[in-house]
Amino acid sequence: MEIAFVLNGAPVRIDTTPTRTLLDWLREERALTGTKEGCNEGDCGACTVIVTGPDGTPRALNACILFLPQLHGKAVRTVEVIAGPDGALHPVQQAMVEHHGSQCGFCTPGFVVAMAAAHARGRTDHEDQLAGNLCRCTGYAPILRAARAAEGAPIPAWVAEDAAAARNHARQDTQADDAHPVFRPDISSGERGDAARGAESPPPTAPDAALPKDSDALAAWYEAHPDATLIAGATDVGLWVTKQLRDLAPVAFLHRCRDLARIEVSEREVRIGAMATLAELHEVMAPLHPSFAELIRRYGSVQVRNAATVGGNIANGSPIGDSPPALIALGATLHLRKGDARRSLPLEDFFVDYGKQDRAPGEFVEAVSFPRRPDTLSCQKLSKRFDQDISAVCGCFDIAVEDDTVTRARVAFGGMAATPKRARAVEATLEGQPWTAATVEAAMARLADDFRPIDDMRASAGYRLRAAQNMLARVFAERAGARTSVLEIAP
Amino acid sequence: MTVAKPLPHDAAMRHVTGEARYVDDIPVPAGTLHLAFGLSQIASGRWTEMDLDAVRAAPGVVAVITAADLPGHNDVSPAPTFHEELLSSHEIHYAGQPLFLVVADSHLAARKAARLAQVTAEETEPVLTIEQALARDWRFEEGPRVYGRGDPEAAIAGAAHLVDGSIEIGGQEHFYLEGQAALALPQEGGDMVVHSSSQHPTEIQHKVAEALAVPMNAVRVEVRRMGGGFGGKESQGNALACACAVAARLTGRPCKMRYDRDDDFVITGKRHDFRIDYRAGVDDEGRILGLIFEQFCRCGWSQDLSLPVADRAMLHADNAYWLPAVRIVSHRLRTNTQSATAFRGFGGPQGMLGIERVMDHVAHALGRDPLEVRRTNFYAARAEAAQGGQPPVGPFRAASPRSISAKMRGEEGAAADPSLDLTSRGAAQAVAPQPAPRSEVPGSTTPYGQVVEDFILPDMVARLVESSDYRARRAAIAEWNAAEPICKRGIALTPVKFGISFTLTHLNQAGALVHVYTDGSIHMNHGGTEMGQGLFQKVAQVAADRFGVEVERVKITATDTGKVPNTSATAASSGSDLNGMAVKAACDEIRDRLATFVAERQQADPATVRFEGGRVHVGAQSYPFEDVARDAWMARISLSATGFYRTPKVEWDRIRGQGRPFYYFAYGVAVTEAAIDTLTGENRLLRADILHDCGTSLNPALDLGQIEGGYIQGTGWLTMEELVWDTRGRLRTHAPSTYKIPACSDAPPVFNVALWDGRNREETIYRSKAVGEPPLMLGISALMALSDAVAACGGPGAPYPALDAPATPERVLAAVERVRSA
Repeated sequence: MEIAFVLNGAPVRIDTTPTRTLLDWLREERALTGTKEGCNEGDCGACTVIVTGPDGTPRALNACILFLPQLHGKAVRTVEVIAGPDGALHPVQQAMVEHHGSQCGFCTPGFVVAMAAAHARGRTDHEDQLAGNLCRCTGYAPILRAARAAEGAPIPAWVAEDAAAARNHARQDTQADDAHPVFRPDISSGERGDAARGAESPPPTAPDAALPKDSDALAAWYEAHPDATLIAGATDVGLWVTKQLRDLAPVAFLHRCRDLARIEVSEREVRIGAMATLAELHEVMAPLHPSFAELIRRYGSVQVRNAATVGGNIANGSPIGDSPPALIALGATLHLRKGDARRSLPLEDFFVDYGKQDRAPGEFVEAVSFPRRPDTLSCQKLSKRFDQDISAVCGCFDIAVEDDTVTRARVAFGGMAATPKRARAVEATLEGQPWTAATVEAAMARLADDFRPIDDMRASAGYRLRAAQNMLARVFAERAGARTSVLEIAP
Repeated sequence: MTVAKPLPHDAAMRHVTGEARYVDDIPVPAGTLHLAFGLSQIASGRWTEMDLDAVRAAPGVVAVITAADLPGHNDVSPAPTFHEELLSSHEIHYAGQPLFLVVADSHLAARKAARLAQVTAEETEPVLTIEQALARDWRFEEGPRVYGRGDPEAAIAGAAHLVDGSIEIGGQEHFYLEGQAALALPQEGGDMVVHSSSQHPTEIQHKVAEALAVPMNAVRVEVRRMGGGFGGKESQGNALACACAVAARLTGRPCKMRYDRDDDFVITGKRHDFRIDYRAGVDDEGRILGLIFEQFCRCGWSQDLSLPVADRAMLHADNAYWLPAVRIVSHRLRTNTQSATAFRGFGGPQGMLGIERVMDHVAHALGRDPLEVRRTNFYAARAEAAQGGQPPVGPFRAASPRSISAKMRGEEGAAADPSLDLTSRGAAQAVAPQPAPRSEVPGSTTPYGQVVEDFILPDMVARLVESSDYRARRAAIAEWNAAEPICKRGIALTPVKFGISFTLTHLNQAGALVHVYTDGSIHMNHGGTEMGQGLFQKVAQVAADRFGVEVERVKITATDTGKVPNTSATAASSGSDLNGMAVKAACDEIRDRLATFVAERQQADPATVRFEGGRVHVGAQSYPFEDVARDAWMARISLSATGFYRTPKVEWDRIRGQGRPFYYFAYGVAVTEAAIDTLTGENRLLRADILHDCGTSLNPALDLGQIEGGYIQGTGWLTMEELVWDTRGRLRTHAPSTYKIPACSDAPPVFNVALWDGRNREETIYRSKAVGEPPLMLGISALMALSDAVAACGGPGAPYPALDAPATPERVLAAVERVRSA
């Protein structure tokens, strides 16, 4: 399929197989070998690039699991061209040299680009901004020193240029004839004639790949191609290509369906569009359910949160996705659409069995919603590493207590069964009972009635069950004001 | 003076701009082909039939190569006494073993095609664990190797207290960010140029020559840099380089290969995992009177470098402690898993963890502060003063069971065959040395007979105890723990004494080639490779210092077997020790010629000529360095020289376990504070304080980087990095999604690192000390801090936590419950 985007300030128009990754294309076609392949699955950050979309925000993304069509209409920056126009180093590059932030240097371009993205957005929570970049040499200390040193330094001009180019595209895309949208990459600097001239956009739909412009277009196309693979952020589907080496045709890329990305917070409910990214969800959850926000922060790095979507995290049906247990605990309802038909069901009912969901061919996740209530949610994520790790157990507890009595208990776990699942026996043991250590202990014992976890590389069955039980004890202790997390301990 | 300056890494600017080229970044000629191995899915057995039709028919495939197609040796082993096939001729030894080679027009096409083979195999029951290997007596060498002295059984029997137990120590994946990679470029006349991501270019040259059946002079290997090595690129790159060279020979086209990360995990070796059983007899102060270690080392399927790794584990079983009567028994066990290989520390960390566990356990058993128990057992400080002592007692010898390995081709000490791989650490000693008998110095002699001559740890510990506020914090932690129901904290101090030198004595040599051009610019090559440690920068600083010029004048280019031949691996922390000295020798050779020339011209004494500030000073005159270089050339004086260095004093008999294997020791001390959650076992490092000995540092900034990075790598090994195989021998943790190395937030929020201000007592390059491996073992303090936190969960008389490694949340919780159950 033909797509167009801006690469390092210059327009690019290419005809590509839909599932070619940006990383392979940069390295193999453009000889831009500064962007490295470390893992080819979005876990090490060596391939980090900056992508600026229609909202003008520069975001760090993993190029290894980013398919070229996802870039249509956006602006991409690679490590080779993040310096200032006079050729001077970017402030983060300069700081990395001065603070000895590189040793073998292989992870360095990815770090530098992630740091530049954070710098452009004024972020100073460096440990979180760099959680998706692995370094095996330095122990991170000099990298963090460099990141701190570059705080507040002037932002290079290309950040604004990329934003202008992407915004310009978005404007033209909106004005364009729906059947024949136009993309005119234009960096508006005036110096780059090629860019300013722009070009007619290709038709967005190829025989085996589609770029629907909104959810109506998607619904119609998907009904006609029910065997297609839908690609939202590609943080999971990307691995089907890079690791399982699958051919996915036909495919639809959903990133232009911005109407699916809306998050609506009313007095009665919170409704999250399927295409909302985890980064967007994180922002909305931080004031409403801070424990959920912290769960989101931990389970995907910045690069992953910028790509991964709520809909994708639900629709792939993984037993170890972290948002379903939290959403189930919040009493979420899932909204599905097929053609013009819509239906809703409790989120937990969507997960039928391992690899099997209650979803008809041609039906897709439109949104998930949950009632707005005072925050009583506690999310507990257990993994070998705190950041960017898949949960061995993820336990989410929404327990309301009034006058020392449990008035509502919704408890859901990931990693404990073939699907994300409610702990109904535990809930029943808690509800209506006094909120005491004895009640909690009784409920902990019932967990074995709800779950029979398995052994795998993340944990043994016995440990999973024991830790899941203890998570409830931790919620009780937490409510009683005890310190319950090693992350809260200051040295 | 450029030495000792904290200058940036030589490629720092190129790292941050993406300009630095790794093997996969090198522009390739049109028509370059890409390779992928087809891998065994089973761990043990024989393949009987390979149907490769679908592979050959796959899009983009140019050729498919099997063992029968190979033009030369089908052997990529670094151990001359063991045969390790590039492509299986039938035997299958582990899940992930290469069976055939796909040559295609793209990396992706090769990977896709490699999965299309139909392999028929007779599967046999794999041997996977230490216990299974022991039950089958499946091992390398004829039986356990045993070092020691005195009569530990009697000492233990006579001691007031017996402390015994066992620790399991997991392996570790290197996770170099740049995976294994090689590129072969066919030349005229059948020659081959190979770019390899390797710590050992000479080894690559040797194995490629064998694979092509050509002499070594027909193969030239270049290594500009690696994206991390950590030991994982000492021998594990052989297969890719040989595959590329063979495919390039057979197709006549350039061939490139890089492992996808999952393939890299599944194919290549890792750190050896160990179980160490211990039995110690101690007095009331915790002083060790007798100690017996039994080290069970899981080597995986091939011998690779396992013998010297296991030897080094034995040689670090004492760490910093005087063991008057000791026996160390080492079992080198063979299993149907990836062949374990070199990894930073090379067995030393595992051996050292054994004795540190003993110290911790003894302290717990006697209710004493672990730091005091450690101090009580330290080697004597400034031991040169000590005199006398008993002659060494011959080591205990186990009965020799039958030789197990069906593939063993020869015995230790066999005469050197020209095809033997002399520069590999897996090589045999061609001639068994007879180290001169030396007298035992009580309190100072190691179990292997080397006297610890500069034991500075007591002073280092004293200083770190003070700067880290160890005592006050330990008291505050006890108070805090008493008040906290769920989280507990722990603190521990552990020392490091690490032996520096290749234990295979003949490898302790290095060469260099230095040119001065007529414009005064300098070109430097040596046999060491750059993997991020800053070797090139350090050695360039040496060269600049010798000529009294700025380091910018010194050009560093790729390590090249055509420039400096017959090199040892850049390993054993030896890089700057060996190559710094070789470069110094080459520079001094040229400098002496220039000094003589200038002195003659000025009628001065050559000894008075000085090279400083970019000028050559003679008498009252001085000349720009470049003018002297030009004038010397005009006077027909050679401006090029080789340099050579061999480490003095070392001699070692690895069979008897006696001699001086190490030129000197490098020291370090760490205090780590950690916290655990007793409900889930989650744990975190809160603070680390480190004092490390680099002698007189060649570059304090680079040395600091090695210390910080080594410490974190060590804590990763002992806390979160867990390798898991299933019951059929398939590695289940084969990517960063399932195998977790420390991330940014895992570094302790307070992280204080300082360099000890000493100098090496031995005549090393500018009196510096090696720094590559030793800091990794500072991470042992993290495991001991976690053990301390777990112990805080128990009341009086509670059992010892006996925390195994890695201390994942699951293991910590199990230890907490063990301690609380009593």
